Amino acid sequence: MKVVVCVKQIPDPALPGELDPATNLLKRDDKLILDESDSYGVEMALQLVEAAGGGQVSLVSMAPNNEMSGLRTALAMGADDAVLVSDDALAGTDALGTAKVLAAAIGRLEPDLVLAGVESSDGYTGTVPEMVAGVLDVPSITFAKQISVADGTVNVQRQTEAGYDDVECSLPALVSVTAGVVEPRYPSFKGIMAAKKKPVEELDLAGLGVDAGQVGQGGARQETVQVTAAEERQAGEIIEDEGDAHEKIVDFLGELKVI
Amino acid sequence: MALSTILVFAEADETGVSGLTLELCAKARELADNVEAFVAGDGDAVAADLGAHGVSTVHATGDLGGKLIGVHAAAALEAHIGASSPDAVFFGQTTDGRDTAARLAVRLDQPVVTNNVGASLDGDALVVEEPVFGGTQNVFTAFRSSGPALALFRPKSFEAEPSGGGPASVSAVDQVDAGNAGSAIVTGRHVEERSGPQLDDAAVVVSGGRGLGQADAYAMVDELAGLLNAASGASRAIVDAGWVPYSKQVGQTGKVVKPSVYIACGISGATQHLVGMKGSKNIVAINKDPEAPIFGVADLGIVGDVHKVMPALIEALKSR
Repeated sequence: MKVVVCVKQIPDPALPGELDPATNLLKRDDKLILDESDSYGVEMALQLVEAAGGGQVSLVSMAPNNEMSGLRTALAMGADDAVLVSDDALAGTDALGTAKVLAAAIGRLEPDLVLAGVESSDGYTGTVPEMVAGVLDVPSITFAKQISVADGTVNVQRQTEAGYDDVECSLPALVSVTAGVVEPRYPSFKGIMAAKKKPVEELDLAGLGVDAGQVGQGGARQETVQVTAAEERQAGEIIEDEGDAHEKIVDFLGELKVI
Repeated sequence: MALSTILVFAEADETGVSGLTLELCAKARELADNVEAFVAGDGDAVAADLGAHGVSTVHATGDLGGKLIGVHAAAALEAHIGASSPDAVFFGQTTDGRDTAARLAVRLDQPVVTNNVGASLDGDALVVEEPVFGGTQNVFTAFRSSGPALALFRPKSFEAEPSGGGPASVSAVDQVDAGNAGSAIVTGRHVEERSGPQLDDAAVVVSGGRGLGQADAYAMVDELAGLLNAASGASRAIVDAGWVPYSKQVGQTGKVVKPSVYIACGISGATQHLVGMKGSKNIVAINKDPEAPIFGVADLGIVGDVHKVMPALIEALKSR
């Protein structure tokens, strides 16, 4: 079975994010890392290929400056190879433009199954996977919390607001996975060493055959007109528990007439 | 200046039209002369509720026979939009809302802006407001494309407000064959047990996080919630760990709550969580790490061990 996993490389979420004041785009100058949300898709792909008795796990990513440190992490987990799309014209590309690029890269690989995280940890639009499926014109099941594949059909437990649904469709298909669908493995030392030699195909828009007018800030057809600081909450009273902090809470709830 | 028509993607279950849909109707009425709705299901079942919230016409596909709706709703919407040209389509930030908006964006080749909490007009352009960096900054985005603006809104961004209108008229829209892309089918539905106050509308919410240490300790959250007639919630960390179901998750990827009192027990306050609860009127936090970000939004912060403070609090409430 051939599985493609969409992988986003993002600024380290532990560092404070910043918008470039000139462009209002997220600053991505520092090293980018594998989005934790995507590590679930990588792990799921590895497990599904193993369960199928063999196959291939390929990664597809779009990132500035041919950044591939996040891809190396996913390769170290066990993915076989990767395609990286990088082009200066991609700066400011929105969800739909991103989906067009990813779909073009995925289409060339002719996978049985495409996996993606439900949403990234930095942009979290939560629409790119479904858009990729739309561009590829394949069926899709989003918000998966469990996946199995048998006889050319993928079966998914799809998380809903009220619980979950059992959903199935035929392959090829795209499935977006929630965090917690599987426990991502840590790359082993051997895996990290092996990842350095795994093939990463680097493409620009021309190489991919995507028109630059479809992507970037022009392709997005939306304009950031203003960025404002949100109103901050006033800091409250912080106390150290000396064994009687619960009384403080009772008093507070009493003042609010909750009790 | 107002738009002429906004189309609301309406969602409903057996209990009626969702609160989020009615919130969108209220905002749409403020921005447009005419508000219509689209429903991927039975129009008659929602016509009264939607009409009472100012919707003039409900465009309904009728029953989709268990198909996963995104692809089919988008195909029918594309045809409907081609014939009626609304200025904007408003979606709730839900699973089906996101699926449908994403598929529709591809079909119409139109941008979508997600995660919004506000909307206004700049001339005749729709401007939407999206919180970023854990809600510390707001980004205002104007749609500059020629087609309908597609926007998704987070729950509780607006107040639902009945208009006093009679039932909306119901107009059938044709289902469109989406080919093999539409082959995903729902074969079973599982609804988690819902009892007691619900996260969406409870006046008090008690949530637990990783600081509880282990799954069993969540019983303290339930017990405290029971004593306060509160709904119980959770951080993403313990949902991912499988301690409690996703339906309890409060945060960016879970539910947005705005109760009168929110009590966070053993929750550090990751951005992911703060986005879902910092609109609460009063916040109490119990956490052993004095540096935890949750204390930055707490009205009353207790630096202490949840395993000591919570049992003492539970006893104190029981003895009242």
